[in-house]
Amino acid sequence: MNTTPAIELTGATKRFRTPSGALHTAVRDLDLTVAQGEFVAVVGPTGCGKSTTLTLVSGLEEPTEGEVLVYGEPVRGIDPKVGFVFQQDAVFPWRTVLSNVMAGPRFRGVPAAEARERARDWLGRVGLAAFEDRYPHQLSGGMRKRVALAQTFVNDPAILLMDEPFSALDVQTRALMSDQLLELWAGTGSSVVFVTHDLDEAIALADRVVVMTAGPATVKEIFTVDLPRPRTVEAVRLEPRFVELYREIWASLGEEVRITRERGAGRAA
Amino acid sequence: MPLETASAVAGKPPAAAPVSRTEARERAARNRKLTVYGARVAVLLAFLGLWEVCARTEVIDPFNFSQPSRIWDQIWQWVTHGTAQGSLGEQIGYTLYEALTGWVIGVIGGVLLGIALGRIRFLADVFGPYIKVLNAIPRIVLAPIFLIWFGLGPASKVASAVVLVFFPVFFNAFQGAREVDRNLVANARILGADNRKVTLQVVIPAATTWIFTSLHVSFGFALIGAIVGEYIGATKGLGLLVAAAQGTFNAAGVYAAMTILAVVALLTEGLLTFAEKKLFRWKPADAGDGR
Repeated sequence: MNTTPAIELTGATKRFRTPSGALHTAVRDLDLTVAQGEFVAVVGPTGCGKSTTLTLVSGLEEPTEGEVLVYGEPVRGIDPKVGFVFQQDAVFPWRTVLSNVMAGPRFRGVPAAEARERARDWLGRVGLAAFEDRYPHQLSGGMRKRVALAQTFVNDPAILLMDEPFSALDVQTRALMSDQLLELWAGTGSSVVFVTHDLDEAIALADRVVVMTAGPATVKEIFTVDLPRPRTVEAVRLEPRFVELYREIWASLGEEVRITRERGAGRAA
Repeated sequence: MPLETASAVAGKPPAAAPVSRTEARERAARNRKLTVYGARVAVLLAFLGLWEVCARTEVIDPFNFSQPSRIWDQIWQWVTHGTAQGSLGEQIGYTLYEALTGWVIGVIGGVLLGIALGRIRFLADVFGPYIKVLNAIPRIVLAPIFLIWFGLGPASKVASAVVLVFFPVFFNAFQGAREVDRNLVANARILGADNRKVTLQVVIPAATTWIFTSLHVSFGFALIGAIVGEYIGATKGLGLLVAAAQGTFNAAGVYAAMTILAVVALLTEGLLTFAEKKLFRWKPADAGDGR
């Protein structure tokens, strides 16, 4: 394996024009490098621009300034190496579960028979083999999320971007999904950027935790999570090192959360 | 649950109470349905009966307002002996043919243009104002112009049906294409769909709900277009029946044609609902379905 980083952001800045015409800076001067096969969690106060960082890497949006490299190449449009799991439901409601998982390979020109075989394989791995004929509205929120995971993994992405994927799920389901994600990811060797507001989740999953500042987002501090793998979410939470890390990272994150909250209060006044 | 406690105390088997209660509930639901249907029929009979009685006792002028028995006679005469323009089936066939052709053309045009303008910002910016202006015209006044352009044959009726159908379908398709969940589009693009595939496999399926809403309304419009066109000038059709009956002061003929039209419209509406149910299996059932 060569040592080209999977993702490299240098001085990336993204400004939007708001509907009222004002310029809003979502991301400012952001430097971040993700190595191949690394799992990076990004935490930060709500609305600080974490998600924007992901859309820059995915190619859905272009940076206003700075550079975004994927495997050493500047991002131009959507890169086929990238997979993206969204916060909201993004499975196609008019397609069956199987057809949803087949969508990626079919879009990319894989013959139907092969796409079906690959889709069935991934449905099996997320435990939904028996539900392939159902429509998304017939499934629970957690099952729909598993369809979304299968839909993304079936494309074999070298880079996996996840935007608070489990935030809409209840706590128990979220823990199960986290474990399932680690299991699925272990076999692939892909690099993951996992955006979340849940520090527990971030530490349990990641190799490194990136703390973002209050918006406009930039990297504040990066912490290395030196907990041994394979991990299971419930077990790793009880380790003393986990608690130690939590305290360290929260000291850094809490400050940004406070700034965001004070700004909100100032605006409301 | 005082009832349940009471039956348990009385020493009845515990399973009996819920079963009989389910049965009772089912019976109540059935009875309610029957009552509703019965009431509906009663309303219709009361209305027709009152009309008939008022006309016979000359409370209302039967020459102007006609009466149900005469309308029925008129329909029966048309069915058995045909109309002055030919058999009744032929008239219905003509009107349906014109309405359907106009509807299909209007729907295809409306959907294609709606999706295209909804997807391609440039087109929407260029054509937007023109479409608004055209939509502001009361399009039914175009029927006489079409008569001049296309003559007395079906073409002029098809044209007026098309202009009536096109706009509601267009606006719904446009709106539908605009309001597609951005997450779905982003997801499809990440999964590898190009623009064409996004349009065909994401935007169009997502917009079908919107489009289908307009199909219901617009089939009614197609019928209006065909009838008005025929009324103004035609050689065949239900609209011509209305015009001819009116020309001979035959009020019963006007009502009879209206009745036939209503039946035809209801039947086609039923077919459309059936097709919609087949097409939208992926949607969660409405809460209102259990009515």
